[in-house]
Amino acid sequence: CCSCLELFFVGEMEQKQAIWCLNPKDQFQEELVIRPLHSGDIYASFQFRTLWDTDFLQEGQKKVSHYRLFPKSLGQVLSKFSVQELHISFTQGFWRTMQWGQPFIPSPPGAELWVWFHDTVSDVDGNWKELTNVLSGIFCASLNFIDMTNTVQPSASFKPLGLGNATDHRFLRYATLPREIVCTENLTPWKKLLPCGSKAGLAVLMKSEKLFHSSFHSQAVHIRPICQDEQCTSKAWELRQTLNVVFDHYTSGQGKKEWSLFKMFSRTLTEACPLASSSKVYVDITDNPELFELSPATPLLSQAVVLGDRRTYSVYDLTRAETFGQLRSFNLLLRWKGDNMLRPLLHAERYVAGFGLQTGEIHTVIYNNHPYRAFPVLLMDSVPWYLQLYIHTLTVTSKSRDNKPSYIHYQPAKDRHRPHLLEMLIQLPPHSMTEVTVQFERALLKWTEYTPDPNHGFYVGSSVVSALVPSMVAMSTNFTQDQPLFSSFVPVKEESSYFVRVYTEPLLVNLPTPDFSMPYNVICLTCTVVAVGYGSFYNLLTRTFQVDEPSPPLAKRLANFIRRIRGVPLLA
Amino acid sequence: MAFSLDTNCGLLNHNIIGPIYCTSTIFPPDILITQFWFNYRHVANTLSVYRSVKRLGIPDSHIVLMLADDMACNYRNPKPATVFSHKNMEFNVYGDDVEVDYRGYEVTVENFLTPRSKRLLSDDRSNILIYLTGQTGNSHGGNGFLKFQDSEEISNMELADAFEQMWQKRRYNELLFIIDTCQGASMYERFYSPNLMALASSQVGEDSLSHQPDLAIGVHLMDKYTFYLLEFLEEVHPASQANMNDLVSVCAHRVSVSPGHHTDLFQRNPGSVLITDFFGSVRKVEITKDTINLTSSVKSGSGDMQIESLTYVDQLPVAEIIHQKPKQKDWHPPDGFILGLWTLILLVFFQTYGIKHLKHIF
Repeated sequence: CCSCLELFFVGEMEQKQAIWCLNPKDQFQEELVIRPLHSGDIYASFQFRTLWDTDFLQEGQKKVSHYRLFPKSLGQVLSKFSVQELHISFTQGFWRTMQWGQPFIPSPPGAELWVWFHDTVSDVDGNWKELTNVLSGIFCASLNFIDMTNTVQPSASFKPLGLGNATDHRFLRYATLPREIVCTENLTPWKKLLPCGSKAGLAVLMKSEKLFHSSFHSQAVHIRPICQDEQCTSKAWELRQTLNVVFDHYTSGQGKKEWSLFKMFSRTLTEACPLASSSKVYVDITDNPELFELSPATPLLSQAVVLGDRRTYSVYDLTRAETFGQLRSFNLLLRWKGDNMLRPLLHAERYVAGFGLQTGEIHTVIYNNHPYRAFPVLLMDSVPWYLQLYIHTLTVTSKSRDNKPSYIHYQPAKDRHRPHLLEMLIQLPPHSMTEVTVQFERALLKWTEYTPDPNHGFYVGSSVVSALVPSMVAMSTNFTQDQPLFSSFVPVKEESSYFVRVYTEPLLVNLPTPDFSMPYNVICLTCTVVAVGYGSFYNLLTRTFQVDEPSPPLAKRLANFIRRIRGVPLLA
Repeated sequence: MAFSLDTNCGLLNHNIIGPIYCTSTIFPPDILITQFWFNYRHVANTLSVYRSVKRLGIPDSHIVLMLADDMACNYRNPKPATVFSHKNMEFNVYGDDVEVDYRGYEVTVENFLTPRSKRLLSDDRSNILIYLTGQTGNSHGGNGFLKFQDSEEISNMELADAFEQMWQKRRYNELLFIIDTCQGASMYERFYSPNLMALASSQVGEDSLSHQPDLAIGVHLMDKYTFYLLEFLEEVHPASQANMNDLVSVCAHRVSVSPGHHTDLFQRNPGSVLITDFFGSVRKVEITKDTINLTSSVKSGSGDMQIESLTYVDQLPVAEIIHQKPKQKDWHPPDGFILGLWTLILLVFFQTYGIKHLKHIF
């Protein structure tokens, strides 16, 4: 329904908002969740959601041409390439699960893009190539380096997060660029996609100087079709822009375990975005008062079950004027009191073992910290073709015993065409460590295929571990519109477990690098040898010597001339 | 190399169609081609010219910015998301609103001469400003070329040919070429197309010097030539009457090396060419008082909505996955095939040549 009608009926609104209800079918919500972490760091997660009841895939008369809250650049991309779902993320830093717990929206370091195309598309690869080029222009990133050598088609991971019955994995494409740098030039176009831009609402807090001076920064765009209401009879398009950032209390906090909005972002909030139907700030106070104290206190509390745990949140509603107080600005203050340790149920790490530049071994270690429950995880590995995997050396061991995966899908690499894809469904025993090892050999690339700085190394993208982790608290399977955004990202099918995705570290591998000055050396040497050797040889064979007397000086010549006339013998 | 192409709008008044933009465009490509953290100053050079050009009115859609390495979010930068041009971190040229078109490995000679995706749509009324900074061959007999990312190079002849192609295709009206490298003058020696003006920070055989280091960041922040160029441009505003001779003379007497300039190919007198012809742009706006009727938006058909209830897909359907058989795309011959083939060959051989050879095999 029309979001502006609600606002007109709410009598105590002091802000005058003139909103025209031209197209009442879209709405915008924004929220910020602040979660204090046990190590003294602080995790801030922004989510901006635009819901629009329309159909991008229509042609002709009904083609969408009027955009209000939904950005036009993305809408055109969706209709042109018949995209059903699009997930793109840019991350700087690595999420430390052991110290920080689970993020609301996980993402691997670098850039990650996975797309489900509509089942009417005939040439998925062509659409994928063009889509990556267009997105690289929109986000000012080098996504045009995504091509068939680093794109895979997972067979069981990355099921659609939105509505749809697309289970044919032919329409899914996944690629990562672990080397991609994220900086202000990526944040600027991302901010421009928001309805209020960076001028009002929660987006004013996004100043790049503070956001990039952090341990972890991730910005993402997720587009998918979702249910409009509980009965789920009609679809609506949802665009979620998320920004997760973790501020380190040593670098940004100057060593003090005390945080405020001003300290984190160098700004305070002064108003909500006028186009937003809801604008809220949530602070996770489940560990209050043992861990920290929060001011200003608020009577508004809300409970949500997220990531298998029931957490309590203080809610600050920015659409109400009393949140801003006398000074017309809203600033939170959190002060730490104690220390505590955290044990996440599932986390994974990956490293390269071995020595030398010929062979190596990739070890992926997955930890299940649940005391008595076992659960399955789906591990997906995409290794570039220049690391030649020996799959016959693949071993999966848990608690020093062999653990046979119940499903393995392996697609070998083709040199310079496609990477390796390995997907395995492994059952993790309770309270155990599972290790997956596979040996590889490094390939020698052609000399034009090396990057300008080959001694830096080559990146291997993160592995993805998707799991259904048993939950300590019953999850709710009902979808309501009032649910906070951070708990409604992943659709919940059953109450006893929740879906989580964990990314491992990317790997940096050195390939044998040739000496790039060799072509110059070879040319010099060859030319010298040819010039000196062949030249001398040719001279020896073809040069002849003739005696050649020099012509006598003028006086002698004159004398000889006269003597010839006289008939007297000539001079020598 | 920083390529900034600038086209001037205010110069030509004809054909102003819409109320917002005028048709001649300014395209400043700023290009920086060197990598690695110690080449911080090249990024600062390029970004300062980019800022001046944006400040004087040119929109991002008309600027091509190529940076070969990331300095702002480099892990060695003590203040992330900033690039400073003056010591004591006074002036952040990176800002909050920067759009880099080509970065990292995308900065190659090929993308510079024939850009595939983000190209300049200039026409014959466009004025183009090209700003390059980087490293050329050193003074030991390597002048006349410019290094790209330490692995490629572009020679002055290639550059001259590229400009001539642009002239033949009527892609520019006037072109200003600024280069800040060692022996910069060697890069414009071979230009032969008309309406080209070139400025370089040093002559052949001379080195271009960097200006000031910053102890906190640990590297030099700017080159001398661009530093004075930036100082000069900071005083220029969109309606300024400063001309090219001012630009050339400002940089001449303060630096210790002698910058060069090449104006022979330029048809107009440099004294009559305004700085804003290349660095700035003025957009003509037409205000209209007529009302325009908008047709109401087409309502999406509610009749053809699905009646049955839609569901979300199960994220990890374990049973389904275990029973999923991967499709076998490549056909492999059955295992005994090769064995049978060889048996057949042997049989045919012995059939033809007699059984007596068999004892030599066994």
